[in-house]
Amino acid sequence: MSKELIELKNISKSYDGQLVLDDLNLVIHENEFLTLLGPSGCGKTTTLRIIGGFETPDQGQVIFDGQDITSLAPNKRQLNTVFQKYALFTHMDIAENIAFGLRIKNKTDQYIRDKISYALKLVNLEGFEHRMPDSLSGGQQQRIAIARAIVNEPKVLLLDEPLGALDLKLRQDMQYELIRLKKELGITFIYVTHDQEEALTMSDHIVVMNQGYIQQEGTPEDIYNEPENAFVADFIGDSNIITAVMVRDELVRILDVEFPCVDKGFGNEKPVDVVIRPEDVELVKRGEGRIPGVVTHIIFKGVHYEMEVQAGGFEWLVHSTREFPVGTEVDIRVDPFNIQVMNKPASEDEQAIGVEE
Amino acid sequence: MFRDPKKAGAVASPYFAWALIFILVPLAMILWYGLTDESGAMTLANIAAIAQPEHAKSLLLALELALISTLICFLLAYPLGMILAKNKMSSQGIITTIFILPMWMNFLLRTFSWMTLLENHGVINGILEFLHLPAMRVINTPGAIVIGMVYNFLPFMIMPIYNSLAKIDPNVINAARDLGANSVQTFLRVTLPLTVPGIISGVTMVFIPALTTFAISTMLGGSKILLIGNVIEQEFTLTYDWHMGSGLSIVLMIFIVVNMVISAVSEKDDE
Repeated sequence: MSKELIELKNISKSYDGQLVLDDLNLVIHENEFLTLLGPSGCGKTTTLRIIGGFETPDQGQVIFDGQDITSLAPNKRQLNTVFQKYALFTHMDIAENIAFGLRIKNKTDQYIRDKISYALKLVNLEGFEHRMPDSLSGGQQQRIAIARAIVNEPKVLLLDEPLGALDLKLRQDMQYELIRLKKELGITFIYVTHDQEEALTMSDHIVVMNQGYIQQEGTPEDIYNEPENAFVADFIGDSNIITAVMVRDELVRILDVEFPCVDKGFGNEKPVDVVIRPEDVELVKRGEGRIPGVVTHIIFKGVHYEMEVQAGGFEWLVHSTREFPVGTEVDIRVDPFNIQVMNKPASEDEQAIGVEE
Repeated sequence: MFRDPKKAGAVASPYFAWALIFILVPLAMILWYGLTDESGAMTLANIAAIAQPEHAKSLLLALELALISTLICFLLAYPLGMILAKNKMSSQGIITTIFILPMWMNFLLRTFSWMTLLENHGVINGILEFLHLPAMRVINTPGAIVIGMVYNFLPFMIMPIYNSLAKIDPNVINAARDLGANSVQTFLRVTLPLTVPGIISGVTMVFIPALTTFAISTMLGGSKILLIGNVIEQEFTLTYDWHMGSGLSIVLMIFIVVNMVISAVSEKDDE
């Protein structure tokens, strides 16, 4: 793994007595696409604003390239931000918007001109120099906001839900665009979003947050396939989260039926949560699976059918390319490696702290 | 709402009547009086009368005092607008009320109270005397008129400036900081230019009434300081020379129209 660039040490922050971040520790590496993912109010934007310098933490330190920058003003930091809703300067044309940071740094006119055309080319908006921001579409304004940030050659680009205001199609296009930009620029991106699909598509590293705590960190594959607790499992994609008992290593009792699994080290007869992704639940003929059930709902979703199956007193969410009409009697089967066993939190608080590490 | 233009016209007719009787007819009368003499013959003498020394002097003094008052209002209103815009949530209600409250009182009453305050044996000099400080001679000076103008017209400067400041997305300010601007650069390059429309409408709303006032100058300037508004008033009420009064009014109107054209053009640019 590449060099550490930013380190957040024991960051706490509260507003009006409400704790937003509690003893947060995070390391961001050079040239990483890191996403802070979580529901609104989880502290992800506050974390970004602390890195950007728009908020000062109540406690803790922000280390940038070995330097403590906790109380450094935003204009003195070697990073730039792409804000939610773009925040372009509406009284300047596109060229002047992009030139803003360079003019402050007293760059030569020639340098500024070259940078403007380079940046517009990079975001595919050549020829827009003399348009006004208000005459651009949301997607175009967002590209200009990115261009305005990157001409300053920051080491880190902070992006605060930059695609939130765009429609679905444009959002997907911009996701690929951002991945391409990231590769061409070779700098660190710190991205904030509540959209799990966006996070899975773009990131090298995802940090899932809830209620001011980091719930889980890892690659998109880790986060999706091996959620560490029910919150992460529920937040990332659809899932069946079921209370179960770990009978012994590699054997778990779900809804009073024993399933072989691959997890171990939880102890014997220990209550746990298991998560099974809807695409990992197999529906088979009555007698061929482990839990008998009946299909209660079916919706066609394009790529697959989404079904609800009442089985063993639990409503299972099932994705399958095969259609099982409502009322079909089926059995449920799950392969051992598709059962993800998680520790059960003793309380809400412990759920958050327990996985922080 | 009204797809049938006839219906829409019928609903709007009271307003047309109002505009006709109370705006267009008086305006036409001013134009007619201003451009004729007593015999009814067309003349430009009433307008050229502005060049007479005492008229020119009162116009220049009115321009000077209106400009000074507008400038003082601007310098007071801008920082206050920034404080108000910053504290959108908390103290805004109280501060706004404090500035709006006096406006609920009659304008003449408020100006009258300044007379009592500023008089040679008024409240302020009473306090100064009590503290064994030298008394000030403020009443019946141009300074007293400026005080009256600033006091009366300040809210008209604060409101548009506050509105344009409150409209700025805080992230636009953050973006300027993020791009390397310090707080002074951010103010000069982003905040100030973005509030130009508010400044212009505030300036218009202070400058025009300040230029044309005669009540403030009568009450706080005594009878010795004549602004163009006082001259026009006297032409109508003392010398009964409606032709001369209308002619001078037309000159004043030209200044107002120029001011409004400037503000309209700048608003269009803003769009």
